[in-house]
Amino acid sequence: MKNARNLIAVIALAICAVFLIFSSIMMHPFGKPSDSSMDDYIISNAQNETGANNAVTSVVFDYRGFDTLGEATVLFTAVAGVIMLFRREKHE
Amino acid sequence: MSEMSKIVRTISNSLFPFIMIYGLYVIMHGHLTPGGGFQGGAVVASGCALMLVAYSSEWVFKKVKESNLSVLESIGAIGFISLAFLGIGVTFFYNFLVGSNLLFGEIPPAGPNTGNLNTAGLLPLMNLSVGLKVIAGLFAIVAVMAFVASRGMRKK
Repeated sequence: MKNARNLIAVIALAICAVFLIFSSIMMHPFGKPSDSSMDDYIISNAQNETGANNAVTSVVFDYRGFDTLGEATVLFTAVAGVIMLFRREKHE
Repeated sequence: MSEMSKIVRTISNSLFPFIMIYGLYVIMHGHLTPGGGFQGGAVVASGCALMLVAYSSEWVFKKVKESNLSVLESIGAIGFISLAFLGIGVTFFYNFLVGSNLLFGEIPPAGPNTGNLNTAGLLPLMNLSVGLKVIAGLFAIVAVMAFVASRGMRKK
C-alpha cells in the first residue's frame, strides 16, 4: 500500500517536472517583447466595444470577467473562513 | 479594548465622511478613472476600520450587526453573478447595455476625452456590486477579529 502511494507520488512529480522543464525551455527570450496583437486589439477597440474610457476596467470586468468572478469567490471564501473560525469562540 | 482618547475620536469623526466620499467616488467612477470596485471597497473598509480603532469593536457591533454584513456581501456576490447571467443570450458576461438607450448605454467618442458617467453598460453596475462585496467582506473580517481579540484580553 505504501509502495503504491510512493510510486504514484513519483509519477506525479515526474509529470510536473517535465511540464516545468519544457515551459522554461520554451519561454521567449529575455528582452524581446512577445506578440502584441491582443494588446493592440484591446487598445483600439475597448472604448468602442465596452464604452468604458478606462481600458483596465474594461479588461477586468468584460474581456476577462471570469477572472474577476474567481477573485470575488476567493474573497468570499476568506470571509467565510475567518467568520467560521472566530464564531466558535463566541459560544464558549 | 476600550475606546481611544478624545483627540483620536474627534479627528476620526471629521476624517470619516471624506474617506467614505472618496471610496464611493472611486467605486462609481471605476469605468472612467483608475480604480474600481476592489480598490474603492478597500478604501471604504479602511475608513470603517478607522472607526473600529478609534472607538471599540463593541461600539461598532452596536451600530452594525455581523449577520447584516454577511447578507450585504452575499447580495454583492449574487448581483455580480446575475448581472453576468443576464447576457447569457450571447455569452456569459456579455455587455448587452452598451449601445442601447437604457441606463449607462452611451458610447464615448474615440480617443482621449474626459468621459461621461452614463457610459460603459454593465461595468458600473458590476463595479457597484463588487464594491459592496469588498466593503462588507473586508470590514466583517477586521471587525470580527477585533471583537474576538478584545474578548480574549478581557478574560486575562
